[in-house]
Amino acid sequence: MTKRDLIDEIVRLYPVYSRREAEVIVNSVFESMTEALCRGDRIEIRGFGSFVVKHRKAREGRNPKTGEIVAVGSKRVPFFKVGKELKNRVDSRSPDAAVAPAAEPVEDSAPV
Amino acid sequence: MTKADIVERIYERVGFSKKEAAEVVESIFEVIKTRLEAGEKVKISGFGNFLINDKRPRKGRNPQTGEEIIISGRRVLSFKPSQVLKRTINGPS
Repeated sequence: MTKRDLIDEIVRLYPVYSRREAEVIVNSVFESMTEALCRGDRIEIRGFGSFVVKHRKAREGRNPKTGEIVAVGSKRVPFFKVGKELKNRVDSRSPDAAVAPAAEPVEDSAPV
Repeated sequence: MTKADIVERIYERVGFSKKEAAEVVESIFEVIKTRLEAGEKVKISGFGNFLINDKRPRKGRNPQTGEEIIISGRRVLSFKPSQVLKRTINGPS
């Protein structure tokens, strides 16, 4: 599924919205998430998972082709941790999958 | 940031009622979850890809007892951030 398919699905579920409106809605969701990560905020979506930004220190790397040493600057990298409900839904073989997936236990930090 | 902040954004941007915005945000995540559950990957351009991987069973060890155990095969979800997202969170270069 691509973002376009997701927008189509939203139009199908909510026929009152125009395609343009559905586009704005879907884009707004990912824009606000991107902005939160830019601020270094943690994102917690109940039943889905959480996103955090980790810091990577500057290091010396090597050009794998030439073996030449190159400086790699420090950077920030986004990470996603899948939530319990989704983790169990994805892995139907999981022994926890049968246990009420709707009742999601509180994850690492308490969301609002 | 939580779902409530995303709802706030939709409410400001689109002019929906909070209830309506909350409902559609919930639906967006539910649609994504349903597809992932079906084993389909979900690609959000400019943000990243949610990918499904099948892991084979492997041997592991209980780190406390040293006892050898079989870690069962499983299906896991991973997120690969897009180049655009990685560039954006590292600020203007």
